[in-house]
Amino acid sequence: MNNQAELVKDLAIEHGVKREELLPILQAVVEKDRYLSADAILKIAEETKIPAADVYGTASFYSFLDIIPRGKYVIRVCKTITCSMKGKNQILLALEDFLKIKLGETTPDKLFTILETNCLGWCHKAPAMLVNDDVYTELTPNKVVDILSSYKQEADAE
Amino acid sequence: MSNTINLSINGIAVSVEEGKTILEAAQKLHINIPTLCYHKDLCIAGNCRVCVVEQAGVDRLVASCATPVSEGMEINTNSLKVRNCRKHIIELLLAEHNEECTKCYRNGHCELQSIAADLQITNPDFIDLVPDKNYSIDSYSPSIEKDDSKCIRCQRCVRTCAEIQSVGAIAVAHKGAEMKISTFFNQPLNEVVCTNCGQCIVHCPTGALVEKSYVEQVWDAIADPEKHVVVQTAPAVRVGLGEELGFEAGTRVTSRMVAALRRLGFDSVLDTDFTADLTIMEEGTELLMRLKAALFDDNPDVALPMATSCSPGWVKYIEHKYPQYLPNLSTCKSPQQMFGALAKTYYAKNIDVNPANIVSVSIMPCTAKKYEANRPEMKDSGFKDVDFVLTTRELAVMIKQAGIEFDQLNEENYDSIMGIGSGAGVIFGATGGVMEAALRTAYEIVTGREVPFNNLEIKPVRGLAGVKEAVVLIENVRPEWNFLEGVELKCAITNGLENAHQLMEAIERGDRYYHFIEIMACPGGCLGGGGQPFPVDNEIRQKRMDAIYSEDLSLTLRKSHENPEITQIYEEFLGKPLSHKSHELLHTSYVKRQPY
Amino acid sequence: MTTKIKQLKRIDLIFNHEDDCKEILKKSFDRTNEEVINEMVNSGLKGRGGAGFPTGLKWKLTAEVKDSPKYVICNADEGEPGTFKDREILTRVPHKVLAGMAMCAKIIGSRQGYIYLRGEYKFLVPQLREELRKFHQIMDELNLDFEVDIFLGSGAYICGEESALFESMEGKRGEPRNKPPFPTECGYLNKPTVINNVETLAHSYTIMKYGAKKFRELGVKDSWGSKVFSVSGDTPIPGIYELELGMSVQDFVDDFGDGDTKAVQVGGASGFLVPRKRFAKSHIGYQGKLTGVSLPTGGSMMIFNSSRSMYNVLDNYLDFFQEESCGQCTPCRVGCQQLLKGIKAVKRGEKPAAYLDKLLKLTDTMRLTAKCGLGQSVANSFSSIVENFREEMIY
Repeated sequence: MNNQAELVKDLAIEHGVKREELLPILQAVVEKDRYLSADAILKIAEETKIPAADVYGTASFYSFLDIIPRGKYVIRVCKTITCSMKGKNQILLALEDFLKIKLGETTPDKLFTILETNCLGWCHKAPAMLVNDDVYTELTPNKVVDILSSYKQEADAE
Repeated sequence: MSNTINLSINGIAVSVEEGKTILEAAQKLHINIPTLCYHKDLCIAGNCRVCVVEQAGVDRLVASCATPVSEGMEINTNSLKVRNCRKHIIELLLAEHNEECTKCYRNGHCELQSIAADLQITNPDFIDLVPDKNYSIDSYSPSIEKDDSKCIRCQRCVRTCAEIQSVGAIAVAHKGAEMKISTFFNQPLNEVVCTNCGQCIVHCPTGALVEKSYVEQVWDAIADPEKHVVVQTAPAVRVGLGEELGFEAGTRVTSRMVAALRRLGFDSVLDTDFTADLTIMEEGTELLMRLKAALFDDNPDVALPMATSCSPGWVKYIEHKYPQYLPNLSTCKSPQQMFGALAKTYYAKNIDVNPANIVSVSIMPCTAKKYEANRPEMKDSGFKDVDFVLTTRELAVMIKQAGIEFDQLNEENYDSIMGIGSGAGVIFGATGGVMEAALRTAYEIVTGREVPFNNLEIKPVRGLAGVKEAVVLIENVRPEWNFLEGVELKCAITNGLENAHQLMEAIERGDRYYHFIEIMACPGGCLGGGGQPFPVDNEIRQKRMDAIYSEDLSLTLRKSHENPEITQIYEEFLGKPLSHKSHELLHTSYVKRQPY
Repeated sequence: MTTKIKQLKRIDLIFNHEDDCKEILKKSFDRTNEEVINEMVNSGLKGRGGAGFPTGLKWKLTAEVKDSPKYVICNADEGEPGTFKDREILTRVPHKVLAGMAMCAKIIGSRQGYIYLRGEYKFLVPQLREELRKFHQIMDELNLDFEVDIFLGSGAYICGEESALFESMEGKRGEPRNKPPFPTECGYLNKPTVINNVETLAHSYTIMKYGAKKFRELGVKDSWGSKVFSVSGDTPIPGIYELELGMSVQDFVDDFGDGDTKAVQVGGASGFLVPRKRFAKSHIGYQGKLTGVSLPTGGSMMIFNSSRSMYNVLDNYLDFFQEESCGQCTPCRVGCQQLLKGIKAVKRGEKPAAYLDKLLKLTDTMRLTAKCGLGQSVANSFSSIVENFREEMIY
């Protein structure tokens, strides 16, 4: 059994296998691996007795339940109106420039993925972004570089 | 006791039971409200919004399929507001839909096309979304083609696959503009849990899900002078085909169909009923052997209940979902595949044709049969046993293409050999039919008497109910069957894979014990198969079922073991049921498949 | 949070912090259910998520349903662009929200509550858990068998729609259900459910504390009380403000604008854009007010000054909706795509300006026929922007 399969089994034991537990299980897998692999979804389907297509279809509904591999740190830049007005594009450029990847891509070292997302609820402190679950607001291109550098350091330290 | 609700629709008063919808109330008044996501077989979705109507005192329009009636409600199904909105909604669907109607398999049978035609949408306003969608066609399955460009996201297929069939091969994926009907990670249908039953096709309003057509290959074979093309027709085709050719549902068109097939140029027109009878001989004997092993030899390894294996959708379902029960499946091939194996052996020898030159075609009410014919193990004749499988609908297409006026045809009889079938073979087309046919024969083998039901009609196994049970007391048996004396033979019959799922769960839990179970993948059995005409609902299934049983009653030959061609084939070719030769040609094995 | 505003009165009911919530809850539990429901009904409190259903009535209807179990759900899936007040409430006064849930639970007879927290606010979970620990202790002390769990969303705006939220909690795609039946009878797990917005629950608590009468001293007829507003955009003082309902957009702009305000988007992307010429006649509140235009809102106020292109604003909204529509119903799924592609085509000159009128007719159909409240309101911004800033759409 591979790691994801074991994880799913543990989660099924922890949460139970009722349909109401599907989202928490999917979320837990994403929290650990940053995405849901086909194997993970098959294993979840097996444990919960929900058809695999249904689990896949459900996961694909939610923007944060990625079904394609992502980096260790998933950056989600808010693209909704206020962030857009307050310089979202400069933030994206700074990210792309620093990480040498384009929007939607993952760095070759699998450390960072840049994505856009819909309203994060920080319009009064725009522009904003998430790095995994952490929020960063009132961003400037310089601030973005500092933030990413600290994540790089964190990753290097591990 | 439910209350009666009084309302008015288009100014006409109507009273209906509490809990009914506006749509149902309108139907009672014969007021037609167009629908797309609604289907009588399925739970209410209320997502296409085509059926919106105006309710007095309410600004927004309400979906008539999803809104229950209430006292004093005043509904208008044809106000200007309704008409404008309805037209907009159809235009929106058309903007998302690949409008290549003349190139579409469902041309003339498409519900979207029909509503669009009624609304005369000649000059649509909206931007065609199709070019930006990166739509794809999945045509890898031997049974089903899925064309996302024609999908209107009504989710009828998804509900069918989940609710009626308990398969869940397709689901709704993504959201917003990206929302689509998808398999697991958008894999081809032939690589997922799909049973090929085709119920998604008969429930699809458009050409997004259609059968894989082999009509051209069959025309090619017919045109090839080197080839001897034999055709077999399944029992349920004769009670369905008429619907595609202008007849009322439930019309029997057996002999006209035979005439039409001959005119199409098939060299020999034969009957799957023959191998249905043969199935009864083999499967009935197999059941008796299993009972003997269990009751007389006390063999603990014998797998009971024995389950029928005629329905390839059911066979694939059990391979995916209940592989631990594969030993319970009868090893008998389905009548189609028995026919195929014999066509290129027994029949070829009999008419002295090189089997390499035989093209074996079958007309089936089923799409899973296309898959079954392509199973790698189905080559026991030394060739592909069945070359091409056409659905009832495809046969109708050929008849139309050939310019045959079906209603003007004279009635003709099947060719021989392998053209005689009994009433027991005919009723294979209805849920419960295999059980009834098997009981007619097995009871008589064991007791020497006819099965103790008036006029051979074993009523408890008939009908559209999801799970039917029957207990047959076996008494006064012939000496060699002594161990069955006093045994109550417990049987269960289901149709539709959700019902099969329920039955298997009950067996798995130990809540139920049976000796013999008949399972058909499609609602109503083969007569409600995925290859049968559109549209379908229980009313239509019931009419086809009545036709099947009246066909049985119309025949003098009604028991499989009395079919003279069956006697002949055992004498000349097979020896006896479960003989070495039978095992070689007529029996098969199964494989465990991934469960999800 | 002490930013001075010139004219409008800042209210301090929600965010004042001196509370002993146990004391107030005890007071509430000592009263009969009928008394508490009457207090709620008399307060005139309407749902603060934006839809504005009377809260007291919702509780009353659910209390009357003979079925169990029943659920109390706090809708903390605020995803409407421009809205961030619920996060602030949950951060600063979560005990008031939980107390509101407990009051409701006691009245309807519920033993299980949930906070459906949007995935974007996951960082709040640890502090909320700590708050729940304290809350459950109070429940023990007050002898109320009521437990609250957190259910986390995963990035789907539509899950803020109550029936979509139930679907999501049930492990499914967040697709809104047909109504009827309504949540009061058939909510989470098809059981009677009260689902209230974060702020509504906090207000319920303040009503219990100060009484309906004091609540009705604020606001105007049919729109009583105060409301927490999320203010963003072209303003020198973005942030969270609790203000009286009933104010005119003009009064609001006078206090919050940057002196060059061209338009205010009230109620987020699914709300209405109010152009300068309508500031004076537009009021913030629920339908039923006697004069002028009433704009119900979940509290999002986005301010645009004259440097902003309304085309870009609309383009941004429509892009949002075509992604965040659940996709199940035709008018919303296809309608949003048509509106977006339509304005682009007009802008590029591929469609004539008159095409905007066809799209305006389409927005009527979307409003009239969509399955859920979101679908019915997605086109609001289109119609209010295109009607008021038509030239910006074309040139």
